[in-house]
Amino acid sequence: MIAVGITVALKEILASFGLSGGLLSVVTYAILASATFGLLSVLALFLVWWERKIAGHMQQRFGPMRNGWHGWYQTLVDGLKLLQKEDVRVATRDKVVFFWAPVMCFIAAFAAYIVIPFGDGLIVADLNIGILYIMAITTFTVISLLMAGWGSNNKYALLGGMRSAAQVVSYEVPMVASILVVVLYAGSLSTVDIVNSQAGNFLNWNIFRVPYGPLAFLTYLVAAIAEANRTPFDLAEAEQELVAGFNIEYSGMKFAMFFLAEFINLFTVSAIAVILFFGGWHGFEFIPSFVWFFLKTFAVVFLLIMIRWTYPRMRVDQLMEFAWKFLVPLTFLNIIIAAIFKHFGWYWEL
Amino acid sequence: MVAEYLSVLVFIFAGIGIVLFTFLLSKLIRPHNPYPKKNANYECAEEPVGSSWFKFNNRFYIFALIFVIFDVEAIFLFPWAVAFGELGLYALIEMIIFILILFFGLFYAWRKGALKWV
Repeated sequence: MIAVGITVALKEILASFGLSGGLLSVVTYAILASATFGLLSVLALFLVWWERKIAGHMQQRFGPMRNGWHGWYQTLVDGLKLLQKEDVRVATRDKVVFFWAPVMCFIAAFAAYIVIPFGDGLIVADLNIGILYIMAITTFTVISLLMAGWGSNNKYALLGGMRSAAQVVSYEVPMVASILVVVLYAGSLSTVDIVNSQAGNFLNWNIFRVPYGPLAFLTYLVAAIAEANRTPFDLAEAEQELVAGFNIEYSGMKFAMFFLAEFINLFTVSAIAVILFFGGWHGFEFIPSFVWFFLKTFAVVFLLIMIRWTYPRMRVDQLMEFAWKFLVPLTFLNIIIAAIFKHFGWYWEL
Repeated sequence: MVAEYLSVLVFIFAGIGIVLFTFLLSKLIRPHNPYPKKNANYECAEEPVGSSWFKFNNRFYIFALIFVIFDVEAIFLFPWAVAFGELGLYALIEMIIFILILFFGLFYAWRKGALKWV
C-alpha cells in the first residue's frame, strides 16, 4: 500500500527545490501530464500492434511479422513514417476548423486520464466529480469529429461526422444510465471512492454485488463500443460506404492524432469498465496494485478487440433504434430496480 | 479541492502543447510539394460536384432534442444517486415517478415516429 498519492509525493520533492503556491501545482501537473502522455503513447503503440496480431490470428494469418520478433516494433516504424508524410491540405477547407479538429480529438481523449487511478495512489487528481468529469470530457470527441467532417469540405467526411454525432449522443444516454447504477451503490462520483467501495473479496466487485450488475456491465459495454466508434458500431468511418469517414482528408501527423486518440479512447472505456465493475486496482495484496489494474484492463481490451473482429457492422437505422427503443428503457428500468434493491438492503456488504 | 481542478486546465494546455510540438517536428522533416490536383477534394477520383457545405437532414435535429431532454435528466439523477443512501423512501418514489414521466415522453416520441430513421 502506498500511503500518499503520487501527486503529493511529487509536490513534496518539488517543494524542496524552493517552489511554492500556484506555480508548484502547475509544475507538478505539467510533469504528470508529460508522464501520462509518455505512458499513453507506449500503450497506444502496443494496442495497435496487439489488435493487428489478434485480428491476424483470428483470420488465420500472422499479422505483422517483419520488424523484430513477431513484428513488435511495427507500429513504431509506422509512427515514424507518418511523421515524415507530407501534410496534404484540401484547397477548399475551412482553415481554422480543419487545423484544430485533431488537436481537440486528442485533448478530449488525453484529459480524461486526470481521474483514472492506475493503482493505489497512482492518480493525478482525485476530483470529487470524477466519473461525471470523464463523461463530460470524452464527449468533446463528438465536437472534434463534427469539426473534421465540416472543415474538410468533403461529402464523405460530412456524412461520417454527422453520423458519429447522432450515434455518440444517442449512446451517451444508456452509458450514463449504466454508470448511475454503480454510483447508486458507491454513493460517490469520485473514481477512488468507487474503487475503494469494492475493496476486499472479489464478490465485492460491483458486477457481483449490484443486483443485475452483469446487465449494467453489458449495457455499459455496448454503449462504450459505440462511444469509442468501434465495429460493430463504427459507422463514422465505415470503409466500404464512406471510404474513411471524417478523417478522409487528413494525412501525416494530423491523421496520426485521430488514430492515437482512437486507441487512447479504447483504453479509457476499458479502464472505466474496470473501475466501475471489476474493483479497479484491488486484488491479492502480494501483487502490486497497478499490475492488477493493467491486467484487468487488458482483459477488457482483449474482449473489445475480439468483438470488433467477430461481428459485422450494423445498419445506421438499426443502430439508432437499438439505442432508443431497447437500451434506454432497459437501462432506466435497471436504475429503478437497483434503487429498490438498495433501499430495502437486498445486497451484501462484505 | 479548487487546486485539484487546476490539473484540468494544465492537462488541456499541455495536450495542446504536445500536439503542436509534434506538428512542428513533422513540419521540419516532411516534404512540401502541393499542386492543385493534389489539393482537390477526394471523391473517388471524380471531379467534386459543388461544395459540401449545405443544409443537412433534420433527422439529426430531432435526435438531438430528445438527447437534450435525457441529458438534463442525467444531471438531475447524478446528485440523486450520490445522496440516495441518506434520502430514503421519499427519494425512491419521487425518482420512480420522474423516470415514468420521462418514459411517457419517450413513448410519445416513439408513437409519433420521431425515433424512426429515414
